[in-house]
Amino acid sequence: MEKLQANLEVFATTLLDLAHQDSNLLVVTSDSRGSGKLSPFGKAVPGQIVEVGIAEQNLVGVAAGLAAAGKTVFAVSPACFLTARSLEQIKNDVCYSDQPVKVVGISAGVSYGALGSTHHSLHDFAALRAIHNITIVAPADNFETREAVLAAVKTSVPIYLRFGKKAMPHLSRLSPTFELGKASLIRQGTHLTFLASGETVAPALAAAEILAKEGVECRVVSVHTIKPLDEAAVLSAATETGAVITVEEHSVNGGLGEACASLLMQKGVRVPFRIVGFPDEYTVTGSQNEIFKHYGIDGPGLAETARNLAKQ
Amino acid sequence: MTMLTENELKRKSVEYRRTILEIIKACGSGHTGGDLSCIDILNVLYNRILRVSPQTFQDPDRDYYVQSKGHCAEALFTVLADRGFFPKDELKTLNKYGSHFIGHPTRKVNGVEQNTGALGHGLAFAVGAALAAKQDRKDYRVFTLLGDGELAEGSNWEAGMTAAHYRLDNLVAIVDRNGLQITGSTEDVVQLEPLGEKFEAFGFAVRRCDGNDIGDLVRTFESVPFTPGKPSLVLAKTRKGKGISFMDNVAKWHHGVPSDEEFSRAMAELEEAQAALA
Repeated sequence: MEKLQANLEVFATTLLDLAHQDSNLLVVTSDSRGSGKLSPFGKAVPGQIVEVGIAEQNLVGVAAGLAAAGKTVFAVSPACFLTARSLEQIKNDVCYSDQPVKVVGISAGVSYGALGSTHHSLHDFAALRAIHNITIVAPADNFETREAVLAAVKTSVPIYLRFGKKAMPHLSRLSPTFELGKASLIRQGTHLTFLASGETVAPALAAAEILAKEGVECRVVSVHTIKPLDEAAVLSAATETGAVITVEEHSVNGGLGEACASLLMQKGVRVPFRIVGFPDEYTVTGSQNEIFKHYGIDGPGLAETARNLAKQ
Repeated sequence: MTMLTENELKRKSVEYRRTILEIIKACGSGHTGGDLSCIDILNVLYNRILRVSPQTFQDPDRDYYVQSKGHCAEALFTVLADRGFFPKDELKTLNKYGSHFIGHPTRKVNGVEQNTGALGHGLAFAVGAALAAKQDRKDYRVFTLLGDGELAEGSNWEAGMTAAHYRLDNLVAIVDRNGLQITGSTEDVVQLEPLGEKFEAFGFAVRRCDGNDIGDLVRTFESVPFTPGKPSLVLAKTRKGKGISFMDNVAKWHHGVPSDEEFSRAMAELEEAQAALA
């Protein structure tokens, strides 16, 4: 059986592969090489890692300057700090100034579940969606992670990559390729679609398997690119399966769910619809799995949401 | 670059002050006081020090200039126009609907390296660009102009630590030390002094100069790096509103726009100054 790896680990090993091929590729860290699984990177190519200390604003500003001078730059820091403390640097130094920095939020969502809201990033999609000129990507599994990193190197626009630190199962998929901005079909279905992102795709698939035993066939789509949203995939999910549940490791405010809701409403598509994510309250603490279960972001919880939606 | 004499540079400064006031008067807004305090610095940088021109602006070996105090865009645009980065006529569109010449520098204007406007951003960007030069063994330099009020932004000090840590002696930070910010004296708002000592403690080689004295600026900038292995910090003592008697060292001219009568008086003063340099 294939060894399960955290997306974060795959990010780090992919980046090292790329760094061996291109000495112009740099990683900038804010005392975050350990949590970013980048210690082997630092040992293997010490000239390609730039340490700025615990200074996230500086991390992004320095990364912008390096990018302006022609470097391929990955700015890596925990998502909770990177997309809050240095949001102005992302907005101005990277996006507004069109410096193609790859902004990498590690241990995202509630990966640091027990550490409390200081260490949760449940706001990053919302904050970055409102900023022009940045692609937002939350890969579901190791395959999507590696592909996303390879795509990030090639893209000439700013990009945000969001990785968790939990080992992720390999998802067999119907869409064999990965393309930024194109959602990936994981499972086909006719009765309902789960549009999920990042580490919530696996529980959405688990829910689909539970519901299949009850005769309900669910489509599961990995919406790895939150922005630009794959509008065709969202619209076809609604029109072809007749019901949509969005799932995200993010606040229900401003994330994938509201992006899909906005699209469907403006296109005049009205179907039973639920946004599953984190409600507007003090988030419970515990392991990521415990928190997911608390908010119904696991197979049984999502299956129950689907059953309730069907009763409408 | 044609080497201008000190007197020719002084004449440029007067000419630049005239342009700054004209474009601010025409559009009805701008950061008059700070433009006038930093214009001599920009004059010396672009006409004597920086190895950059419209022809070499895309050259990876060019010197970089980043204006961290982005609100003094009018001063930067004025100098860039004079250096031929774009036709001077385009300055007439300042702050007009759809113009690239807005109240802060953007890369849509030829010659601008980085979009600024929010304070506390230029030094970190400059550190990145200077670090890239060190890694690639290039000999270009990176200059950034900071406002003094801007130094309350903690991001400057994060970047300063990094500059010293990486021994970026190809980095020159200049503080436009006019002593005033929008609310009043910098020392009344939040004390900055002893400013030079603070930068020294952060690992910079610090040199003080008169930031409105062309000769002093030339000598200072021609001496960088002040200490091999250390980033340079020029503490340029300036006067807000410099060159216009009734604007000189008056906080209200931070973003004051002259009335018709004030504009006429200012132009007359500049004409006298120019005549004195003939």
